[in-house]
Amino acid sequence: MKDRLEALRVEALAQLQEVADAGRLNDLRVHYLGKKGQLTEILRGMGGLSAEERPVIGQVANDVRAAIEAVLADKQAAFDRAETARRLAAETIDVTLPGRSVAAGSVHPLTKVTQEIEDIFLGMGYTIAEGPEVETDYFNFEALNLPKDHPARDMQDSFYITDEILLRTHTSPVQIRAMKNADGATPLKVICPGRVYRRDDDDATHSFMFHQIEGLVVGPDIRMSDLKGTLLQFVQAMYGPQVQIRLRPSFFPFTEPSAEVDVTCTQCGGQGCRMCKHSGWIEILGCGMVHPKVLEHGGFDPEKVSGFAFGMGVERIALLKYDIDDIRHFYNNDLRFLGQFARM
Amino acid sequence: MNVSYQWLSEYIDLGGIEPQELAELLTRGGIEIDGVVSRNAGVTNTVVGYVLEKEKHPDADKLNVCKIDAGTGETLQIVCGAPNVAAGQKVPVALVGAKLPGDLQIKRAKLRGVESQGMICSARELGINDKLLPKELQEGILVLPADTAVGTDIADLLGLNDSVLELDLTPNRSDCLSLLGVAYETAALTGRPLALPEPDKALLPSADKTADAIAVAIESAEACSHYAMRVVKGVKIGPSPLWLQNRLIAAGIRPISNVVDVTNFVMLEYGQPLHAFDAAKVKGAVRVRFAREGETLVTLDGQARKLEPHMPVIADDERAIALAGVMGGLDTEVTPDTVDILLESARFAGAPVRKTSRQLGLRSEASARFEKGVDPERVRGALDRAASLIAQTAGGRVTDGVAEVRLASPEPAVIELSLDRINRMLGTSLSALEAKTIWSRLQFAAEPAGEGAWRITVPSRRGDITRGVDLIEEVARLNGYDRIPTTRIEGPTTTGALTKPQAIRRELRKLLSEAGLSEAVTYSVTSSGRAALFPELSGAAEGMRPIGLAMPMSEERSALRATLLPNLLEAAAYNKSRRNASAAVFEIASVYHSAEEKLTTLPAEHPRLAFLLTGNRIGAGWNQTATAYDFYDAKGIVEKLLARLGLAGAVRFEQAQPGDFHPGRTAALKLATASGEEIIGYVGQLHPELQREFDLGDAYAAEIELKPLYEAADSRIVYSTLPRFPSAERDLAVVVDGSVPGASLVEAARQAAGEWLESVRVFDVYAGERLGAGKKSVALSLVYRHPDRTLNDEEIAEAQQSVVARLEQSFSAELRK
Repeated sequence: MKDRLEALRVEALAQLQEVADAGRLNDLRVHYLGKKGQLTEILRGMGGLSAEERPVIGQVANDVRAAIEAVLADKQAAFDRAETARRLAAETIDVTLPGRSVAAGSVHPLTKVTQEIEDIFLGMGYTIAEGPEVETDYFNFEALNLPKDHPARDMQDSFYITDEILLRTHTSPVQIRAMKNADGATPLKVICPGRVYRRDDDDATHSFMFHQIEGLVVGPDIRMSDLKGTLLQFVQAMYGPQVQIRLRPSFFPFTEPSAEVDVTCTQCGGQGCRMCKHSGWIEILGCGMVHPKVLEHGGFDPEKVSGFAFGMGVERIALLKYDIDDIRHFYNNDLRFLGQFARM
Repeated sequence: MNVSYQWLSEYIDLGGIEPQELAELLTRGGIEIDGVVSRNAGVTNTVVGYVLEKEKHPDADKLNVCKIDAGTGETLQIVCGAPNVAAGQKVPVALVGAKLPGDLQIKRAKLRGVESQGMICSARELGINDKLLPKELQEGILVLPADTAVGTDIADLLGLNDSVLELDLTPNRSDCLSLLGVAYETAALTGRPLALPEPDKALLPSADKTADAIAVAIESAEACSHYAMRVVKGVKIGPSPLWLQNRLIAAGIRPISNVVDVTNFVMLEYGQPLHAFDAAKVKGAVRVRFAREGETLVTLDGQARKLEPHMPVIADDERAIALAGVMGGLDTEVTPDTVDILLESARFAGAPVRKTSRQLGLRSEASARFEKGVDPERVRGALDRAASLIAQTAGGRVTDGVAEVRLASPEPAVIELSLDRINRMLGTSLSALEAKTIWSRLQFAAEPAGEGAWRITVPSRRGDITRGVDLIEEVARLNGYDRIPTTRIEGPTTTGALTKPQAIRRELRKLLSEAGLSEAVTYSVTSSGRAALFPELSGAAEGMRPIGLAMPMSEERSALRATLLPNLLEAAAYNKSRRNASAAVFEIASVYHSAEEKLTTLPAEHPRLAFLLTGNRIGAGWNQTATAYDFYDAKGIVEKLLARLGLAGAVRFEQAQPGDFHPGRTAALKLATASGEEIIGYVGQLHPELQREFDLGDAYAAEIELKPLYEAADSRIVYSTLPRFPSAERDLAVVVDGSVPGASLVEAARQAAGEWLESVRVFDVYAGERLGAGKKSVALSLVYRHPDRTLNDEEIAEAQQSVVARLEQSFSAELRK
């Protein structure tokens, strides 16, 4: 009986070796190991064995069964793998075709630049103050040390609605409002972004409507050196740590001393190029120490506190940052233009 | 203001400072130099020549053959095409080998067979802006004064070896609208001494008394505080000497005649405008007064001007003879026949001059200076200087004395300032000596006023300095802004944070851009027609009135916008005309509303959000077909942003028919507030007529008021326990009248379904013939769940039953089976 079992093993393994498909494999499984299979057939003869022989033969039968099963399992696994591979191959798609598009919008470049500047100053402990775009002559001019008939009003010809009400020509009136709201409390640190309007003919570099961001700090013993330090910190956050600033004396009615601020040309790094007219510097800001009269209008005592203010045109910063050649692009809202600002 | 480097060097030694360096120095000191322009545009080897003979060219009608003595030792033959060349003239001659502007090389040449050894030049050929030349010198060759020495280098003669500094002055530094002012500034920056003119010493004594010739009066003190006249008798009007013409041309002023040129020269030198009258044409005394009602004056430019009573004039006994500080009158103009002149130097008040020159559109070098204020102490100096120069250049005798009225002499500003204050304001650590050096360079008198403090007397020429901070600025700029250190603000730290509205606006911009919309920025002003669109959104429906600009630049930009959508329509139309018919754009900005006909208070500014969708939401692709935007895209965006603000349940959409929207495809947004419901905006399709007006296809849009959202927005997040028991979902469909709003069915179902209802939604809407005309089928899906156990079938069936009953009762709904 033992011989028969061993012969079965040899025969089965030889047969299995040659199996080429899953159906034949199953047939062989039934033929050898099924209820009516060869192995069962042989084991029917177990009843005629002696008590000594029975466990020995049983052991042999188990070995044979295990050997066949192991091969069966291997074969089955191989057939499964092949089947899976076949299926997956059939599922191949063309991955070079474009993906299904996810609608892409964009934030306006002026918004991007404004938010970037806001974030830098938020990080420096400033809050953002806002005020009306339609302003009184008092807040727009008089409180800023620009009395009626002041020659500097020439610099910013305005859109009046009535004799006393106009479209603000700068965001500076927000500074007065912020000072009044502070009610004498210091330190006051705000930036004021917003739309402003001047009677300018539109061309590649001028727009009758544009955006400014101004900053104001009022406190005891605020110094012009603090202004320089603040602006340096800002431009380095904006343009990188290698950027330097240069202050040139200038004039604004609402600050004294006043300065215009140049930064190292962002294009050439100060070597001199077409953009900076070969000076290595680009003007981006106006600033100064808040004029005592302006502090007074804001409800502060210029003997006790001092302050600095600065302002910049958002369009100018954006033109430089993105290398845009015409300011009118900002207002045409051509989607081919806007779409270019969809990046982070 | 254009400043000639050569001219400036008459007052201060500029040795060792090149024009470009001077420009840099001035700019760093606060007088911005826009450009430095060499007056020599490339002229070499060109000299004064004498025309010995002139003959017609044998073969060319328009050419002449000239024999020229150019001091070269030989007689040159030069062919010249200018009609005005004549024997006996002194002319500029470019010698063979010379270079002229425009890369012109002068070579020996044959012109129609005749040899030409050089070229006789016009002013333009010498690179001189011929607009600045007298008319007679603009045509043809430049004819030089007869007394010019032959062989003189032309560049020297015409002052071309000079550079002009173009000053871009800030309004406070009108003192630098004069050579003397720039000289003082240069002295302060360099520490070099000044050599100023001393005009009083240049006047010769005269037996004629000015008082016998003219009397002056100021009748309107608001117009003038100082009026002075001198008389120069027996002048001979003619061209100015070249040196004087050169100065004026360098400054960009056209020479006219000796007398007028001197007044202009002294205006440039002193910053004090002057005017010369023909004494023979002035009748009686001269006075300053305001114009009379109906008075007219023909100004020097030949224009008849209607005067108004706010305009200051100079008048004689009979009539106005000049617009004070703006322009002289034609009647009393100095002409070639003038013999005696009245020379005026005055200090006119800035405001009336400004108002007059603006109203008449007449801005002159004089008015620009008076508007900004002239130095009160230069009225006399300039007068004397001009009188002596007229005597020098036009002959004549200056009479003895000045006819003068001076009503006010402004007190010089005296300011006390301490070193400590300077250093505290600037963050510097300057020494007392450094500060004192600055006072002395500025030529400000500084007396000690206690330890480290001064009492500083500001000279009259610096009217811009009135306070301590003004002096601190002088210190800062002369010491150098680059020598101010950089420091950090001292004191308590502050927290920077966005306000709730600011944070919401940022969130909305992010949300909309990520939803596929592009942010637009459009103008706040629009045409009156555009401002009148969307009456419900513009407030016109509630009595708001358009807000117009007083002096618009164009009709397209004449009114403040009351709504955002018209600009977005324009943006979409702009893109469509550029072959981009699909647009999804939004804007967040303010609109302006007022009920006043003429504003007396500021209009309300309402921050709003608007968006517009037109064309395709999905473009055609290899794996998708194009899908056009529809109402539900717009509504979906609104719902998404409301959900982001925690207001999903707080806003109801109700069918509405606001103007310029499609009457059947528009919803009002109703926000639940403590005091009831408030309409905060609309979402819908635009009216087809409006779409056509903008040449757009179907467009869907929303405009929403942001302030109510700022207040209502709820960003609190409170976790609710995740369910532990399974839910049960049941569907039902009812047939109702087509006009029944789906939202009403949902709301009724929600109310009727009992407390275990978790959610209800519409999952299908169907209308078709099988249902009957005007009917529709709405399918609802209801989800039930109990927090603590599994619901059994009976409970759910009961809830469904009551939903059906409610729908039948409220909407005559029929359950579809």
